[in-house]
Amino acid sequence: MQEFLQHTLNGLSTGSIYALVALGYTMVYGILQMINFAHSEIYMLGAFAVYYVARFFGLNTPSTLNFIIGLLSAIVACGLVGFAVERFAYKPLRKTDKLNVLITAIGVSILFQFGGQIIFGADPKSFPDLIENTELFNFLEIPFNVVDLLIYGVTFASLIALTYLVNYTQRGRAMRAVSTKPDAAKLMGINNDSIISFTFVVGSVLAGIGAFLVATKYPKIDPMMGARIGMGAFVAAVFGGIGNLPGAVLGGYLLGLGECYLIGYGASTFREALSFFILILILLVKPNGLLGKTAKEKI
Amino acid sequence: MKKITPQNIQVNNLSVNYGNIKAIKDISFNFRTSEITTLIGSNGAGKTTTLKALMGLLPSAGTVSVNDTRIEKLTVAGRISRGITLCPEGRGIFPNLTVHDNLMLGAYLNKNSAEIKHLLEEQLTFFPKLAERIKQIAGTLSGGEQQMLAISRALMSQPEFLLLDEPSLGLAPVIIDQIFSKFEDLKKQGLGLLIVEQNAILALEISDRAYVLETGTLTLSGTGAELLHDPRVIDAYLS
Ligand SMILES: Nc1ncnc2c1ncn2[C@@H]1O[C@H](COP(=O)(O)OP(=O)(O)OP(=O)(O)O)[C@@H](O)[C@H]1O
Ligand SMILES: [Mg+2]
Repeated sequence: MQEFLQHTLNGLSTGSIYALVALGYTMVYGILQMINFAHSEIYMLGAFAVYYVARFFGLNTPSTLNFIIGLLSAIVACGLVGFAVERFAYKPLRKTDKLNVLITAIGVSILFQFGGQIIFGADPKSFPDLIENTELFNFLEIPFNVVDLLIYGVTFASLIALTYLVNYTQRGRAMRAVSTKPDAAKLMGINNDSIISFTFVVGSVLAGIGAFLVATKYPKIDPMMGARIGMGAFVAAVFGGIGNLPGAVLGGYLLGLGECYLIGYGASTFREALSFFILILILLVKPNGLLGKTAKEKI
Repeated sequence: MKKITPQNIQVNNLSVNYGNIKAIKDISFNFRTSEITTLIGSNGAGKTTTLKALMGLLPSAGTVSVNDTRIEKLTVAGRISRGITLCPEGRGIFPNLTVHDNLMLGAYLNKNSAEIKHLLEEQLTFFPKLAERIKQIAGTLSGGEQQMLAISRALMSQPEFLLLDEPSLGLAPVIIDQIFSKFEDLKKQGLGLLIVEQNAILALEISDRAYVLETGTLTLSGTGAELLHDPRVIDAYLS
């Protein structure tokens, strides 16, 4: 029982990251019907941004302030990169066939992966220690560490903020309007381009938060770290029903829990296989995902 | 209710092309506040195109003025702020959003949340049906309710001119009567309505002014009553 609880907690922590990154895939899909393959690289760049900000300002001591500076650096960097990718890579292709955008997305992803290896180096770098990972309390002999609690807490706060934004603000309503009926949205006076751009920024910011949390827990970063988490997060988004926000969160947590039970009960060799297995299964059995409704062409 | 000052929209030499196809050829007409103006014409005549061009949704040639202010260079948002709103063909409601959220988007350009709240209350009094269904997903409303929602959402932007593209399409006669009586209420409040209709008799009956559009050209104009009794109109649209 104690063991099971421990695996569950690990699963929730892994799942939080999948959920944060999956949201970016699903939001962009919802508004542009395209998979932003560069999303996982935006995530990676978030971690490197914190690394360089910390190096530049000499932040190396754990403190609440440094943690917040690190988090904000990831948020700002990813927001800017997400904005730039959309503006310069995808927007010029908005009126062309969707396949062009898709291929461009793969291109941007490769560019960042290999560009990253050239500029940052392919070797893993040590992520700065911005918060002390002490054990806060012990429950049923399970230690609760600062970093794990921060992962749960920051993810939860982000999800609440996103829910509020999407459901209860005019901008959120506009995001939903543009994603379902862009022509009608224009008649409301909505600037569809700026809503699309905003959606990219929000998705990228969530990826940045995820990257910062992961790097804080596992302080080794490298230019391929995005590719590793991207696959799982993408599967989580499809699993939950791509385009569906609660679906991405559900898919993220289910995948995270599934992986951690596999690892916990000695089947860790199958960890990587799990996401592929889920992907194949969901495409065969329920192509619209757990919470998805409409059957649309997917890529 | 906002007080609406008398205004006139003058359209001069409006032309719209889709590639090589000339959909609207050099038409000129006007319509005013406190009046209902109808544009009738058969399928493909260019009615929707005319409304879209007035709204700034399509590139067009010619001039559009509200009183003496030229507006043909304004964006869609600019024209909404200038008091012109289009309730489009097929209603254009957001089917997966609630009635409330659809209405809120009608006031998207309004940044005063207290005013939006007040406008919403006003609309729910004007269309009590919508008040009952405020939390419902709009796609599950009946056709008539969806049309009321589309009109109400358009009114949320506090237009002085409301352009309506086939508001009676696909609705039962009793619902059409309800909706058209709302149009007369709006006219009394001072709005200028430009209605595109296939249902010509009904539209002409409540019109102060009417135009007939045939393959991109205006061929007839007059008061609603005049056109209602014009043999050419009777032949082409009323029989
Ligand atoms: N996007 C488009 N591309 C090319 N041609 C178009 C386009 N939209 C409309 N047309 C053409 O322009 C003409 C006018 O179309 P429009 O939709 O304005 O007619 P309408 O009077 O509203 O017809 P209806 O009563 O069927 O709604 C038609 O011949 C139509 O085929
Ligand atoms: Mg039409």
